[in-house]
Amino acid sequence: MMSIQTPAEGADTFPLPSRESDRGRGGENQTNSPVGADDTLLCVTTDIDTALAHSAEQDQNFASIHHATLFSRLKKILPQGALLQVKEDLAPYECDGLSAYRRIPLAVALPEDEAQVVAVMKACYEAGVPVVARGAGTGLSGGAMPHEQGLVLSLAKLKRIVRIDKYSRTAVVQPGVRNLAISEAAAPFGLYYAPDPSSQIACSIGGNVAENSGGVHCLKYGLTVHNVLRVRVVLADGDVVTLGSEALDSAGLDLLALFIGSEGLLGIATEVTVKLTPKPQFAQCILASFDDVRRAGDAVAAVIAAGIIPAGLEMMDQPATRAVEPFVKAGYDINAAAILLCESDGTKEEVGDEIARMKAVLEGCGATEIRVSQSEAERILFWAGRKAAFPAAGRVSPDYYCMDGTIPKRRLADMLIAITELEKKYGLRCMNVFHAGDGNLHPLILYDANVPGELERTEAFGAEILKLSVDFGGTITGEHGVGFEKINAMCEQFASDELRIFHGIKAAWDARGLLNPGKAVPSLHRCAEFGRMHVHGGQTAFPEIERL
Amino acid sequence: MSSTTIDEFRQQILQRQPLRIRGGGSKDFYGSVPSSMQESNLLDTRMHSGIVSYDPSELVVTVKAGTTLQALELVLATRRQFLPFEPPRFGDDLSAATIGGAVAAGLSGPRRATVGALRDFVLGLRLMDGVGRELKFGGEVMKNVAGYDVSRLMAGSMGCLGLILDVSLKVLPMPMHEATIGLALDQQPALELMNQWGGEPLPISATCWADGLLMIRLSGAEPAVRTAQQRLGGDLVEADQAAQFWASLRDGQHAFFAQTSPHATLWRLSVPSVTPPLEVGGSSLIEWGGAQRWFHSEASAEEVQTLAHRCGATATAFRYAPDRTQVFSPFAPGVLKLHQSLKHAFDPHGIFGRGRLYPEI
Ligand SMILES: Cc1cc2nc3c(=O)[nH]c(=O)nc-3n(C[C@H](O)[C@H](O)[C@H](O)COP(=O)(O)OP(=O)(O)OC[C@H]3O[C@@H](n4cnc5c(N)ncnc54)[C@H](O)[C@@H]3O)c2cc1C
Repeated sequence: MMSIQTPAEGADTFPLPSRESDRGRGGENQTNSPVGADDTLLCVTTDIDTALAHSAEQDQNFASIHHATLFSRLKKILPQGALLQVKEDLAPYECDGLSAYRRIPLAVALPEDEAQVVAVMKACYEAGVPVVARGAGTGLSGGAMPHEQGLVLSLAKLKRIVRIDKYSRTAVVQPGVRNLAISEAAAPFGLYYAPDPSSQIACSIGGNVAENSGGVHCLKYGLTVHNVLRVRVVLADGDVVTLGSEALDSAGLDLLALFIGSEGLLGIATEVTVKLTPKPQFAQCILASFDDVRRAGDAVAAVIAAGIIPAGLEMMDQPATRAVEPFVKAGYDINAAAILLCESDGTKEEVGDEIARMKAVLEGCGATEIRVSQSEAERILFWAGRKAAFPAAGRVSPDYYCMDGTIPKRRLADMLIAITELEKKYGLRCMNVFHAGDGNLHPLILYDANVPGELERTEAFGAEILKLSVDFGGTITGEHGVGFEKINAMCEQFASDELRIFHGIKAAWDARGLLNPGKAVPSLHRCAEFGRMHVHGGQTAFPEIERL
Repeated sequence: MSSTTIDEFRQQILQRQPLRIRGGGSKDFYGSVPSSMQESNLLDTRMHSGIVSYDPSELVVTVKAGTTLQALELVLATRRQFLPFEPPRFGDDLSAATIGGAVAAGLSGPRRATVGALRDFVLGLRLMDGVGRELKFGGEVMKNVAGYDVSRLMAGSMGCLGLILDVSLKVLPMPMHEATIGLALDQQPALELMNQWGGEPLPISATCWADGLLMIRLSGAEPAVRTAQQRLGGDLVEADQAAQFWASLRDGQHAFFAQTSPHATLWRLSVPSVTPPLEVGGSSLIEWGGAQRWFHSEASAEEVQTLAHRCGATATAFRYAPDRTQVFSPFAPGVLKLHQSLKHAFDPHGIFGRGRLYPEI
């Protein structure tokens, strides 16, 4: 479906690192010298230092590991048929929603409960075999793409809704439960799970936690991190810890916040407690047309500046509305340069009041047409067009590539204009759907993988958008994660000192680097290799690492 | 920017002596004080103050750690915006507390249950780690999943991981309208109502029960507040009086929080909101829709911690504890190990805030 058709062969095996490069800024190379009288209380863990040195400097190589004993052990742990090893059985797991990057894993394990997850993790830990967790495989950054020398740990069979509690407004679910299934189960109580990724019919809550996923209603109701209370986590060595609680605060460091969005690198989520939100009584949506993208972008900022937090504030440009309209018939004005969808929810009185205020702001910003949904059916139709944007891209183009930068809202129009220039530069079309209210962009670059050179141009086009996102004061990923896809772009956004801290965090949770290696956080060596002359604080990044 | 101040901070850190990071000192009473602790030097953040950038239409403000909450909130108020997590200011004149201290303490005020905690509003920050490196995490945008969420990890870290230099926070428009109602109720029925109403789409922004009176604050569009007021009943509290009441809760100045005896500790329990009234042999004050319970007790820390553990809660010896060696709930061993390793990653020489959070870190 959405793809860049390049196999990523051996992309993360590199020559040995130069060992002398393990040195921080300011001549700090003695890491084991705590101060004070009560030294014994301090953690001076040398295996962490070693692990840190390894994973920070370069990607690990797991090729020399023997698997025979591991497999016989796994067979004893797992039920019949829950360990896949034959090529045909493995093929469905070779990629996630970003099908350009594919790898065949050693095997796929399908445990049925937490005890089996623990046993699988212990076995892999002892064998030194990498583990890649997988939920529904809808990720868009290659996060769940297998490791050739590793095991895919599918959480798909852990799909029980353990408990829905109307009174405390919480749901306890296993990680394989689909996002939408939670809201469906909570609906009889007038409650729902607020974060609503467009993939909610398919994606799993475990995947949402790993990616800190968002959705069109996150502007008002928050991201995954704002709606998860507690997670049970199986660590790389098979230990189980509980992060967060059913109370609002927990003791100590906020490990729950650190875990959310960690892309399967810190542990395996085996049970998630989410907060449920009362269903608003009423919702209405405004569909506003603009004959100029700058005016549309400015209108987004103006709505927020007027003190309004809409339940959703989305933007689509003309190529997007034109792709969608013929088959959804949402009633979009295809002559508009851009449209905005602006939703209000709450009590009837609240919505009436807010819609009137939003309308006034949009009119003041030069909207050429404003329609307010007059029924629930019409509101759903307005959204149907937005929700069909990705499939529509697939209809108008053989392939498309979805980007995910976030920028300050005031730069939305600048970004759209820059993208128009890039379309000319690369000779490719791009349609834009934005979670405009929080500045999250999804430019969809249209291309044909069968035309020689188009794919490379698409990748270069995408990389320029990400770089612009950083230059505009934003980030390379708002909700899809870094995964495998944006690992090089991480070298644009972070300098070596920050990356070292990331590796330190990784080592604290997974000292042997077995969980999802080669994803999310690039090794310093990789960044040096990537060769960007990232300038940070007046210094070239990674000066300490020899360039090959 | 104040690079000389930053350099001074670095100089202090590079001495490798234990450091206690301090802003206005409004929370000196809070956190553990290990008995065997070597005297720490103070690192005063107040020289590093001021607003770095503020763009109301982005709903983001970036501010230096030593800026007072009061100064920051005044600036936000000129644009009818505010810090929705209502960080407590404590102290006698409320003017001492700094934003850096608020973030490091991670404490939230009356709105916590409905809009979220302080950590939910932290978008990014710049910090200096234990070897004097300046690091930047997160950013000034609402959605950002590049790299681990170090910014939120710093919220509530009590100055034991690193020195927060600047922080970017999400702010929100002030509510258009507010009303507070009071209902005379016993604890049990009050808890039931708080939980029942929490499950309905009502514009409740804060709740408090104490001494037979349930106070509910409604915030939002005027018509919504009015309808909710009719639905909930009770008596409307006069606006000034209501504002004063919620501020006194936020800042720990409500009469309930005053010391009751030289042997009694003021405990804060973070509990599942549906927890029945706690048997604590004295009066309680309840906030956050039932999820935060305060009481004074002369019982031992072990007894209170056991009680908390039994109801899936954590307990903090918040104030007046005769012994401050460990004021926070103990962890499971696996979680403690993670704390120690993380501490090591940020502060390998163990200089920051030793023992303030836990004796082991
Ligand atoms: C059409 C379409 C629309 C989308 N729209 C949105 C959107 O609006 N907003 C948005 O945020 N995303 C969106 N996505 C992306 C994707 O759906 C989300 O990232 C989703 O959270 C992934 O869930 P998953 O179960 O499919 O995870 P997977 O793809 O299986 O895995 C994603 C990552 O999570 C890890 N992981 C999975 N389960 C666990 C676990 N139990 N414990 C630890 N780690 C785990 C994996 O290792 C991997 O790194 C969309 C995708 C598609 C295809």
